[in-house]
Amino acid sequence: MQDNIVLTMRGICKSFPGVRALNNVDFTLRKGEIHALMGENGAGKSTLIKVLTGVYSRDAGQVNIAGIEGDVAIRSPKDAQAVGISTVYQEITLCPNLSVAENIYIGRDKRTLIHWKEREKKADAILQSLGIPARAAQQLGSCSLAVQQMVAIARAVDADCKVLILDEPTSSLDEKEVNMLFKLMRELKERGVGIIFVTHFLEQVYAVCDRITVLRNGELVGEYPIEELPQVELVSKMMGKALEDLSGMKKKEFTPDSTEEAVYEAHNLSSNQGVKPFDFRIRAGEVNGFTGLLGSGRSESVRAIFGADHVTGGVVTMHGKRVKVSNPREAMKHGIAYLPEDRKDDGIIADLSVRENIMLAMQVMNGFWKPVSRAKQEEFARQYIDALQIKTASAETPIKSLSGGNQQKVILARWLLLHPDYLILDEPTRGIDVGTKTEIQKLVLKLAEEGTGVTFISSEIEEMLRTCSRLIVMRDRNIVGELRGDELSQDNVMKTIAGGNRT
Amino acid sequence: MKKIKQSLMKLRSSQLLVPCIAVALLVIFNLIRDPSFFSVSLAANNNGDPVLTGNLIAILNGASELVILAMGMTLVTAASGGQDIAVGATAAIAGSVFVKVLSGGPITGGTILLGFVCCCLVAMLFGAFNGTLVAVFRIQPMIATLILFTCGRSIAYWINGGATPTVESPIVTAIGSFIPGVPVPTPIFIVLAVGLIFALLFRFTNLGLYTQTVGINQRAARLNGLNPTAIKLLAFVILGACCAVAGVISVSRLSLINHETLLLEIEMDAILAVAIGGNSLGGGKFKLSGSIIGAYAIRMLTTTLYAMKVPSTSVKAYKAVVIILLVVMGSPVVKQFFGKLSAKIKAKTAGKEARA
Repeated sequence: MQDNIVLTMRGICKSFPGVRALNNVDFTLRKGEIHALMGENGAGKSTLIKVLTGVYSRDAGQVNIAGIEGDVAIRSPKDAQAVGISTVYQEITLCPNLSVAENIYIGRDKRTLIHWKEREKKADAILQSLGIPARAAQQLGSCSLAVQQMVAIARAVDADCKVLILDEPTSSLDEKEVNMLFKLMRELKERGVGIIFVTHFLEQVYAVCDRITVLRNGELVGEYPIEELPQVELVSKMMGKALEDLSGMKKKEFTPDSTEEAVYEAHNLSSNQGVKPFDFRIRAGEVNGFTGLLGSGRSESVRAIFGADHVTGGVVTMHGKRVKVSNPREAMKHGIAYLPEDRKDDGIIADLSVRENIMLAMQVMNGFWKPVSRAKQEEFARQYIDALQIKTASAETPIKSLSGGNQQKVILARWLLLHPDYLILDEPTRGIDVGTKTEIQKLVLKLAEEGTGVTFISSEIEEMLRTCSRLIVMRDRNIVGELRGDELSQDNVMKTIAGGNRT
Repeated sequence: MKKIKQSLMKLRSSQLLVPCIAVALLVIFNLIRDPSFFSVSLAANNNGDPVLTGNLIAILNGASELVILAMGMTLVTAASGGQDIAVGATAAIAGSVFVKVLSGGPITGGTILLGFVCCCLVAMLFGAFNGTLVAVFRIQPMIATLILFTCGRSIAYWINGGATPTVESPIVTAIGSFIPGVPVPTPIFIVLAVGLIFALLFRFTNLGLYTQTVGINQRAARLNGLNPTAIKLLAFVILGACCAVAGVISVSRLSLINHETLLLEIEMDAILAVAIGGNSLGGGKFKLSGSIIGAYAIRMLTTTLYAMKVPSTSVKAYKAVVIILLVVMGSPVVKQFFGKLSAKIKAKTAGKEARA
């Protein structure tokens, strides 16, 4: 092993039933370097991290760590800690009701008697040396999220770590807090700690990192020094399309008549989920999409439209009339339907039957006193099970025993039953098989033909290019561009995602 | 034969299996122990009216309050994923209000109706109080209702100024025991009426769907236009009304209110009935019939123990043993074990048939 290398992973493979999560992945971390691990959702970033921290055991491959002879077996997070690998996760995994010092030392001591005064002194010294604005005796819960995050890092660093893994540490921090964190990261870098930085924010990668490793579909795309990989190329590497062969994508035939009245129009709409005020309109029969990397605010924008998050401002008109949409019920009343991104937590009612799940939105719209008769329910259920070809043993089967794609179709049926004027689909095709994906895309186009306005969001750009006549590009919770007609190409989308402030 | 087999197969996969087994076991045990246990006879009561007597009637009659409370408790459990431990105290308050209204003057049908409406409103108000703590302030149901559990009987005490007034009236007696000329105890009819109201609610409103949806997935419920807070609140208010009915029955049985002992510790039996009925105490999908059978099973167990001349001080210990058996039987671990066992047996018999 070379002197300046602290960690090498070679030929790492990991499979889960039916999925090859990692295939022959290499990763090298040098001393005193901040190394970004990049990739889209499902690329294998978190699997690689979990293999390294012993949460998963690897199927094949070798891990070497500076100062340890031969292959290092890491079977549990405790093993990882013992060889000097520490992890700080997105969610803070400390105890907010304990003091900062207690949090730094908890679970790391083998002695039974503890000298707390001395310990607090030591903790204060660590905090001071790292420039963390907290006192050892303070209760952790009283610190800001950023400081809690930094305490977690202090705990990791004090455990004598060579490799520090930061998994999405910035996703719940504001700009100032992010800068505080970066300062700490640079400080640690000076001390020779190797840092693996996992994030969805491209700007942040370019702000602190020295090197980037890109994964895609569980395979290694490559390792690049930061200067050699401009942002546009990074995006294209993550998505798996070289910039050259991106032109010549299938163009939309459907172009909306611009004089037509908007089904839905919003002006200066904003929500408490950090979406900056934005304008948006959609016409009857139009299919548009919000695109951008994960965390760019595309989901938050449509949630604001549906009133799913707390709407903090904005003027909404539907069919030219001013309306108030501050919660999902009002949105539904005005003919807006929303298929949420998180099918499991926001969509299905797991224990209820397919029939009940299909009927839910309509039963809510009908109100408490007017349930749909059982016979009618069964008829609707049968009709939509046939129309969408939902594969289920019967209409009375609990929805949780269906496959993901079929669950998604049930949720779709739930909304189609209301015949909405404006249908929002957030990641309707995530995690479902190719056949069903195409079916859903076809359905979207058919609905548009019948005059429904549809917003279609997908992580797969090709899918959006195939179905949308207009794409709204988002970055860092801002709309940074709008593409239509001839501009619709993967190339342009990536450029717009990567561009923004940089170009 | 085939039909019986089919319905048996259906029962096996149903959550009603355990409560049904519990009742069946108690019936079989009693039949072996003393075949006359279930005999029902017609005898004259104090007023000289012929009425039905026997253990079976005693069970059906005695379980009335518990069954009514178990129904309300099922709804609260489903919507909020927690239990109301103040139902006994709320019933005591309701009973006290009922007595307070009646003791104001001569007792007529009108004053009784007024008394019932008043105690119902008060109990629903206390239900709304619990519901607000749970739904609006998101306090764990057990902690939220602990407040009323602690102070409820004191409130009941204040209502009647510390006295335990009696309400002597033929109408009150008719509610608590028998309507002259009718051989079946009145509380049984009241249970039927409450059950019918619940059945109608489930049939003609979306109460069942809404409570289950909120209990299973609150976030999804909201995104489908439901208001989880309102629905949880509604469940607690309905339970409040159940408490009022139970309180009135209990007061009418003795024609007096004893706020200290009225339906004491019934909350535990009500929760137990919900659990024995195969309903998850974590909320979500529920079957009201399960809780009802569970409530009758609990009462039957108590009556059986008394019939066996178990001293009343040790009844609870015997009850505990049976309950351990029931809850273990209904646990997922045991269910899984029997599921695997039956699959194995099926595979074996299928193999034998194939060889033959």
